[in-house]
Amino acid sequence: MQVMPINYYIFLSVALFTIGIVGVLTRRNAIIIFMCIELMLNAVNVLLVAFSKMHHLNAFAADQLTTVGTEAQLFVFFIMVVAAAEVTVGLAIIVMLYRNIHSVDINFLNRLKH
Amino acid sequence: MPLSEILFWFLTALALFSALMVVFSDNPIHSVLWLIMVFFAISGHYILMNAQFLAIVNLIVYAGAIMVLFLFVIMLMNMNTDAEPQKSQWMRIAAAVSGGALLLILVAALKDNAGAVSRTSGEGSIGLIRNLGKVLFTDYVLPFEISSVLFLSAMVGAVVLGKREKNSKPVNH
Repeated sequence: MQVMPINYYIFLSVALFTIGIVGVLTRRNAIIIFMCIELMLNAVNVLLVAFSKMHHLNAFAADQLTTVGTEAQLFVFFIMVVAAAEVTVGLAIIVMLYRNIHSVDINFLNRLKH
Repeated sequence: MPLSEILFWFLTALALFSALMVVFSDNPIHSVLWLIMVFFAISGHYILMNAQFLAIVNLIVYAGAIMVLFLFVIMLMNMNTDAEPQKSQWMRIAAAVSGGALLLILVAALKDNAGAVSRTSGEGSIGLIRNLGKVLFTDYVLPFEISSVLFLSAMVGAVVLGKREKNSKPVNH
């Protein structure tokens, strides 16, 4: 199977993460901001899986039956679990917000300032 | 150019383009659909790395469940495109500049790292559900059970937050 340098995955992940950050900074819609946070989480997941495979490939040459690198993929699994829980609560908060101020514009959420 | 390399570049281009479209499309529904495209591209990357379990979980949990939840909420709110006022031009330029500066710094810091010789490929079978499940239910069984408690509390929290209070003043339209 073809091998890819780890750097490609690092740069892909960095680019996705930066796009997520630009989205959080530029948009005012709370739901879009939330989606950009999901995008950043996924960028990290890609990097974790790539490093897991890199780590595994180094150990694979010595021992064909090694399970090195499994932990990273389980870590990604737990990140997905926590992200799912986070999304339910976050969307409930956004719905409550919309019910109170009839908008999801984050510029109206400056009441703590006054 | 071998097939897996062509697939890698195709999926990378698809992921980056879709991610840009998530940020820059005006309609929130379109943003959700583009984000689903990003998740499909990332699942393709997982398959290329032979992490089949994560690929299918990514599709089922993210593209299937979470994005449907987003779509429900957006359609519940009945948002239209002109409802969202944009940030001022200066704020957008500042955000783009700071994001670009972050990208520049990260790329400059990582471009000639020692790991440049490290490689990744689809070899090995740690990403298969058999091996992951064995480790998950032996070494990581306690975090797994704790995550079920987390889900329960998230569910209760969502219900409590979403419930309309009886004595609160009715919303005035």
